Amino acid sequence: MSLEPVSQRTQPVFLRNVRFGFGGRVIQDEMTFTIEDGEFVAVLGPNGAGKTTLLKLLLGLIRCEAGEVMVFGRKPRRGNSGIGYAPQFRTLDANFAVRARDLVGFGLDGHRFGPGFPSRKRRKLIDEVLEEVHATEYAEASVGELSGGERQRLSLAQVLIANPGLVLLDEPLTNLDIAGAQEIITLVSRLCASRKVAVMLVTHDINPLLPHVDRVLYLANGRCAIGPPQTVITRETLSVLYNHPVEVVEAMGKKFVLGVET
Amino acid sequence: MFHSIMGLYHFQFIQNALLSGIFIAVACAVVGYFLIGGGYTFAGHALPNIGFAGAAGAVLLGIKPVYGLFAMTILAGAAMSAGGREVRERDVSIGVVMSFALGLGLMFLSLYGGYGERVYSILFGTVLGITRNNVIFTGFMGLGAVCLVLFLFRPLLFVMFDPIAAEAKGVPVGLLTMVFLVVVAVTVSLAVQVVGALLVFTMLVGPGATASRLTHRPCRAILLAALLGVAYMFAGITLAGLSGDWPVSFFIATISFLVYMPVRIFFRGKAGRAPVSCRDIQGHMQRCFLNSREECKKRAAQC
Ligand SMILES: Nc1ncnc2c1ncn2[C@@H]1O[C@H](COP(=O)(O)OP(=O)(O)OP(=O)(O)O)[C@@H](O)[C@H]1O
Ligand SMILES: [Mg+2]
Repeated sequence: MSLEPVSQRTQPVFLRNVRFGFGGRVIQDEMTFTIEDGEFVAVLGPNGAGKTTLLKLLLGLIRCEAGEVMVFGRKPRRGNSGIGYAPQFRTLDANFAVRARDLVGFGLDGHRFGPGFPSRKRRKLIDEVLEEVHATEYAEASVGELSGGERQRLSLAQVLIANPGLVLLDEPLTNLDIAGAQEIITLVSRLCASRKVAVMLVTHDINPLLPHVDRVLYLANGRCAIGPPQTVITRETLSVLYNHPVEVVEAMGKKFVLGVET
Repeated sequence: MFHSIMGLYHFQFIQNALLSGIFIAVACAVVGYFLIGGGYTFAGHALPNIGFAGAAGAVLLGIKPVYGLFAMTILAGAAMSAGGREVRERDVSIGVVMSFALGLGLMFLSLYGGYGERVYSILFGTVLGITRNNVIFTGFMGLGAVCLVLFLFRPLLFVMFDPIAAEAKGVPVGLLTMVFLVVVAVTVSLAVQVVGALLVFTMLVGPGATASRLTHRPCRAILLAALLGVAYMFAGITLAGLSGDWPVSFFIATISFLVYMPVRIFFRGKAGRAPVSCRDIQGHMQRCFLNSREECKKRAAQC
């Protein structure tokens, strides 16, 4: 056994020297970081850097090739009820008769067998979480006909209803207008503070998140850097990460990374 | 007219046809709702054709065509679950397998050489030649299929509708899809014997597609689909009985089409709400306003 105190390993996320990839191709190597309860971490990086794959690793959908991964002190496993996950892509069929409320309900008992009889308690839980993400207006609408942003909210509601301790959101801000994105971010950061939920939120634009996130996990080039935004999103750190000169410009309280795609 | 219809229902063979028709209609509608939702409608078209090849092969081997029918559809159903997540990718592989099976079926038929009456009955169904034993068997299997789907209701809905999230939640997506497609195969095989391979698709997809346009609630859609299916079947068998020798499948397909068309035209899947209501716009503006006000306050506090 290792000499580390036990408390070190019961964090929501614990990675040490982790390597993962597909069929001999390494996507990330030597990944080491931990995420504490109630921490809000933004995950950044160019397309194909391995952001989605990292989330899948924590969900137990893929295995790492080397190193050690722990989620709440245990090896990642499928169907971990402590994790809530909103996938990046969803194919929602417009012809399928399912309401917004049903999609959210999947998060509560979609994995249970039996027909599942409606109950007042279940209805109330769904109503509350729909209210929380401001989706009450279209609770009864067919999911197939909702807009991208409305679906993102439902995704979040589906995650929240199971009351997870670790929330993995894969690009939840795409398809949202500025006000919508701001609303989701406020909601998520409130969640971290009040319910002590750890959040990893994948995004391509850090700016709306800057006032809220605790740390940034930046993936690029098979490597990663983690820390507060002001130490990670800097010319020095990113130039080392990309192995290529990168400029970070600050204007109007926003950061712009120049010289690479993010 | 009324008396001739009532007189029709006195015949034992019409009673048998109606009874097994009801079981089949309910099973097809329940299964069909999920088929449509998961983007598996093409499998619903391919399975009966594959079943036809199985029946033809069985005739050639000198065994009952029904055995070949069940064996081939169940095998194909299980294999289809490995056909990939993407609807398009899956449909291409299903199509390739189906045309191979159809080719085999024709080959078996020509090898058999004799008059393929037993095989033609698979293609067109033998609705008016159903025995009491057939009814009992169909009822037993059909109810079994419906009960299994009800038991799997929630995870199946989750998997068909939102497979990525379902997998992350620990639902055994592959296994569930396979079990479901085997249930579909059994349902198809039952239905083929009554309405024929060429028109199983009507019973599988017609009621579910119409119901999905009329309501967005899963339970209501399934109930409505079952009701529609039973109604189509009842009307089809009655009309066929009255007309004498016209095939039942013709009537069922025609009724299904005549119901679906107006529903498709008048209910554009918008039973829930108008695309954008005034309330949405108001709400949106309010939110933008509130957010920018909060933002301003925060900025001011920071300064
Ligand atoms: N199932 C798979 N088999 C093989 N390679 C894969 C698989 N899934 C992802 N990859 C590869 O792994 C790399 C990382 O993919 P990943 O989806 O994690 O990127 P990402 O950082 O989420 O990118 P994006 O910003 O575009 O979502 C990509 O190069 C991709 O091609
Ligand atoms: Mg991704």
